[in-house]
Parts: sequence; C-alpha cells; structure tokens
Amino acid sequence: MLEIKNLNVTVEEKQILKNLNLNIGKGEVHAIMGPNGSGKSTIAHTLAGKPNYNVESGAVNLNGEDLLSKDPYERSLNGLFLAFQYPIELPGVTNASYLKQIVNAHRKSRKETPIDAGEFLKILKEKSKLLDIPMDMHSRFVNAGFSGGEKKKNEVLQMDLLNPSLIIMDETDSGLDVDALKTTADAINKLRNDERSFIIITHYLRLLEYIEPDYVHVFQNGSVIETGDKTLASRIDQEGYS
Amino acid sequence: MNKVSKDNFTQEKYKYGFVTEIESEKIPKGLNEDVIKLISKKKNEPEWMLEWRLSAFKRLENMSVPKWAKAEIDEIDFQDLYYYSSPKDFKEKPKSLDEVDPKLLETYEKLGIPLKEQKVLAGVAVDAVFDSVSVATTFKEKLNEIGVIFCPISEAIQKHPELVKKYIGSVIPVTDHFYATLNSAVFSDGSFVYIPKGVKCPMELSTYFRINASETGQFERTLIIADEGSYVSYLEGCTAPMRDENQLHAANVELVALDDAEIKYSTVQNWYPGDENGKGGIYNFVTKRGLCKGKNSKISWTQIETGSAITWKYPSCILRGDNSTGEFYSVAITNNYQQADTGTKMIHLGKNTKSRIISKGISAGKSSNTYRGLVSFHKKAKNAKNFTQCDSLLVGSECKANTIPLTENSSNSSSIEHEATTSKISDEQLFYCMQRGLDAEEAQSLIVNGFCKEVLQKLPMEFAVEAQKLVSISLEGSVG
Repeated sequence: MLEIKNLNVTVEEKQILKNLNLNIGKGEVHAIMGPNGSGKSTIAHTLAGKPNYNVESGAVNLNGEDLLSKDPYERSLNGLFLAFQYPIELPGVTNASYLKQIVNAHRKSRKETPIDAGEFLKILKEKSKLLDIPMDMHSRFVNAGFSGGEKKKNEVLQMDLLNPSLIIMDETDSGLDVDALKTTADAINKLRNDERSFIIITHYLRLLEYIEPDYVHVFQNGSVIETGDKTLASRIDQEGYS
Repeated sequence: MNKVSKDNFTQEKYKYGFVTEIESEKIPKGLNEDVIKLISKKKNEPEWMLEWRLSAFKRLENMSVPKWAKAEIDEIDFQDLYYYSSPKDFKEKPKSLDEVDPKLLETYEKLGIPLKEQKVLAGVAVDAVFDSVSVATTFKEKLNEIGVIFCPISEAIQKHPELVKKYIGSVIPVTDHFYATLNSAVFSDGSFVYIPKGVKCPMELSTYFRINASETGQFERTLIIADEGSYVSYLEGCTAPMRDENQLHAANVELVALDDAEIKYSTVQNWYPGDENGKGGIYNFVTKRGLCKGKNSKISWTQIETGSAITWKYPSCILRGDNSTGEFYSVAITNNYQQADTGTKMIHLGKNTKSRIISKGISAGKSSNTYRGLVSFHKKAKNAKNFTQCDSLLVGSECKANTIPLTENSSNSSSIEHEATTSKISDEQLFYCMQRGLDAEEAQSLIVNGFCKEVLQKLPMEFAVEAQKLVSISLEGSVG
C-alpha cells in the first residue's frame, strides 16, 4: 500500500534522507527505530507533506497514487494520518469544534453531509472513553495547556475519528506515563485491522511491547541499515544501535 | 504548499459589490450654504435644524482635516462630491412597503436583509438607508406600542423635535473635529432610537447602510437615547458597490444612556475595501461616541471591521455617571492595501467607573492596522478601573500592526491593566490543521476565528455566524 523508492530529502539544504527504500503492505505494522538525528521524523514529515522538506528525487506511492504531488490536506483526505511528536496548540479554538470540523472535512471529501451534532457527540463520548479522556477536555482550546499525556491521547483520538488507512506515529510514546501508555496502546491496538497500516517511530521498546510490530527497521544516516522482526527491537534495547 | 491561487476567489470575494440600476436624484456637487439649505429643504426640516447646520458649516470654514491617523489618505476634494442622492421621485418616505420601489426591496433582499415583514429575521427591526434617505423601517408600529421610537432621524426631527434638540450634538460637539463638523452641516439620514423609562426593547434594532450612487458621500447621523432603566441592543451593517473611486462615509453616532440604562451597539462593517491593488474602496471616517450620563449606566461597543479602504474610527465612552461602565470589543481585519486606524477612548469622569477594552487586529497582505486608544481618569474618578487587551495577529510578512495605547491619570485611586500581544499564524499551526484534512484557507480561518472568538461572542446571536463567515472571507487569498 505504501512504496517508498530511492527517496532523497533535504531540509534547509542538508540532506537528511538518502536513497530510502521501504515497502509497507496492507495491515502491516512497521516500527522505525534509530538514534537521534538519523532521519526518523523526517520520513514522517516528508510523507505528510510538511513545507521545507524538499524531495530531491525518488517516488512515493500510497494506494497506487503518487503521494508527493499532493497537498498536505489531500494526503490526509486520502487516508494518511500523522500523529505529531509535538502536537500544536490552537488558542481560541475549542477541541470539540475542531474535531467536528476535521471530521466534516473528511465527510465532505467523501461527498457526505456534515455530521449531525447529536451523533457527533455520541461518537466523541464513545471514543473518548476508550482513551480515558474526560469530556471537559473538549471544551478547552486545542492542545493549549494540555499535559504531554493529554496531547498524545488527543492525537490518538483524532486518528480514531478520521479512519485513516496509513497511520504514522512520531514518538507517540514520549510524554506518556506507564498507565497512559497502556491505555493509548490498547486504543491503538483496537484500530489495527487487515486494511490499515502503521509506521511507528520510536526510541524505545516499551511501546512495541504493547503494539507488536510485524517489521522493525533500524535507521541510520537517513536510510534503513537493518530490517528484522520484533526480536530486533529487543536486541537494540539491550545492545544499543552500534 | 497549496494550490489555492488568488484568481479563485477575487471575483466572488466581495459579494455586495453590485450596483442597483435606479435613477437617482442628486443635488449639485459642492459644499456651500446653498447645498446645505437644499438638503434641509429636501428633508422638510424646521428652521432650527437649518440654523444648526449652517452654524456647523461656518465653523468648518476654519477647520482642516485631521492628520493623526497612521494612514496615507489621498486628498479629498470636498467641492467635487455629491452630498445628497436619493432614488428619483422619492418625495416622501413610503408609508408602507407596498409603496417602496421593488428595485430597492430587491437590493436589500440581495444583501440578505429582507424587508417584507413575513420574511424578516424574527426579533430584528430594520431601518434601511439607501444613499441619503431611509427607504423602509420595519416593525415600527409594533415598537411604537411599547413607546419605543425607531425611525429615520429625518423623521424624528419633524415628529420628536424636543428629543432631537435636547440630545443632538450633546455627545459629539458640533466643533469636535473636521469630519464631525462636516457631518453636522450636511448629514442626510441615519436612525433615531428612543427607549422610554424602564423598557427593555424586545427586539434587536438595526440599520443597514447602503451606498449606491457614485461620487456621493454618505453622511449618516444616528442618535440613540436610552432613558432611565431601559435597555436596547442595536446593530448596524454597511455595504457598497465595487467602484474604482474612493467614496466617503463620514458618520456621527451619538449614544446617551441615562440612570441604570444600557445600550449595546454592534457594527458589522463591510464597506467595499478596494481591489487587491488598493484601487477604490470606501473612506470610512466615523465619529462614534457614547455618554454614560446616568449612574449605573452602561454602553458597550462591539465592532467587526472588515471593509473600507481606510477605516478611521474610535467608538468611545464618556463615563460621567457614577458606577457607569464602558466596553469596547473590536475585531479589525485588513487585507491587501487596506488601512485601519481604530480604537477607543474611555473617559472616566465619575466614581467607580469601569471600562474594558478588548481589541483584536488582524493584518494580512500589504495592509496596515493600528490600534489607537486613550484611557483617561479624571480627578473625580475615584476607584475607576480599566482593563485593556490588544492582540495583533499578522498573516504573512508584508503587513503592519501598531498599538498605540495612551493613558492619562489624574486620579490616584484608580487602576489600569494593560496587556498586549503580537503573534503570527505559524506555519506549524497551518500544517497541523492541514494534516487533518483542512485546506489552507479553512485552516487559516479556523485559527483566525479562534483568535477573535472573545469578540465575536459579544455579537447578537443572529449575527455571530455571519460575522464568523465574514472574518474568513475577508482574509481569503492571504495564505500561501
């Protein structure tokens, strides 16, 4: 479903990704591990279309379509979801109205009518409960003054609401305590199915103990240096990257 | 980063830019005693009103246009303007809507202001001013039953001279400054509101100003009096056709609140702002002032300023009554080459007077947006309090935002709190929203509406949604 071919990316004239190749099949969970500065987050941002991440050469196909020619919002509407490492604050915008608006943007692209307020509230309650999110969080402004854990849960909630086919998680585990990690991982596991693929970017084994990956890739200097199954993650955890 | 191009929307951006093809009757161009006499005659005014106008005109001869605003204003040739324009054969205001020219009804229908009573917004009475005349006022009789007077000021001058005489010019002195004096000499129409003692006006009252004729200035005059213990919420809206020339709208609005009375005055100003190269647009030079005359009175200004080539206005409160309150909530948006110099004056004269200023300025394109404010505590203003918050949001890197808050304090028991922020819509915020499926314009509008939410919430509910849309439309084309 996702094919990355010979991808070269520069950020501020510095080459970060070098001839990256990666194939991700339907329903697969791929973990990407690697030391700081190895280019892990750059993959996430490039796939999502962040400005200033310049693709010098290479190709990316998502569900058979050229991903790189699309605007960031089109990539989202086509099923790509990026859970941010540092979710952004939107002062003055209440979380509930924001969530409803992004849900409606996706409905509109499927030529569906905007969601009814009552129905939305029902869905929001259900999905918030799964993540242990109190409803009063939705009357606060998006991510503003949220704790690290609340921000990450809010990302997973959006992931759940938008029903994406490819989920990229950029260090979703950072900032979560043990209980929150478990709740969040449980919610993510519920999203796993045969159609949906995941790229999990992480430094640590602990998230992968909850969400079991099919493949683990080790990243260094902008490309994959080793690929294995979940035992590779345990080895790195014990031995480090070198 | 996004494919939204400027061409996508410029055509539909200002949807009120049409011209009503209606024959108009103008009095000759120019500013002189004869013109003033003619206006007064057209309005069938009593002698005292004409005298008042002429004395203003005499003063005007020694005055010059004020220059304090941070705006580049082309010199206006005041002799090259029409000061009065009305639809042809408009001798007297139609007594009922059936007598109103269908073209006019259609115009207001197109502007989203249906005047036929079965179609109007429930709970909103409208006075429709077209160029220099009021063409229709809805719910007049119904309001009359409870003693509320809501009519064009030209009608009030004839029917309620004692009220007009007593209050006109009592808040904005005839000699205040050039445009206020000019308005006093040549004003044509506007609304008059009187709320009797103890009456809470059950409807929103609103005036819709439309400039249609070319080369014509609109000189609106509005006077609102809330008698003891009364309440009124009033809203004005404004639009004009798209024209290459700059047109002048110089209004005087006076509010008077007596003991325990409250006036809430909201403006959604959407004059034609000029095109994306800064050609054309309305010069909006407006003097708005409220007098909290009685104890415990309250005047609250809310303004959403999106239009005009140049906006120059400072809705102010004179807090004379003890324990009176003044409020100013403002969103001013400038895009392309628009210039706005707006803010408020809170003059604290009485004891325990309070004022609150929340100003949100949003600048985009190559525009310039200035908040100019004055908070003044006089000697007798014991325990007076002010809170001021001025936030500026910049969209892009070619626009300007200025904040000029002045304070004068002669009272030693008073307090002033002032907060100011300047921020930019960050690329991070836009990218975050776009990653969730919003296109660039939707993302920007979400963030901007969040920024001005505090003010938008102050608008009467019927208009809050419209205003929200207007905020988004005004910034179209400023992303990417």
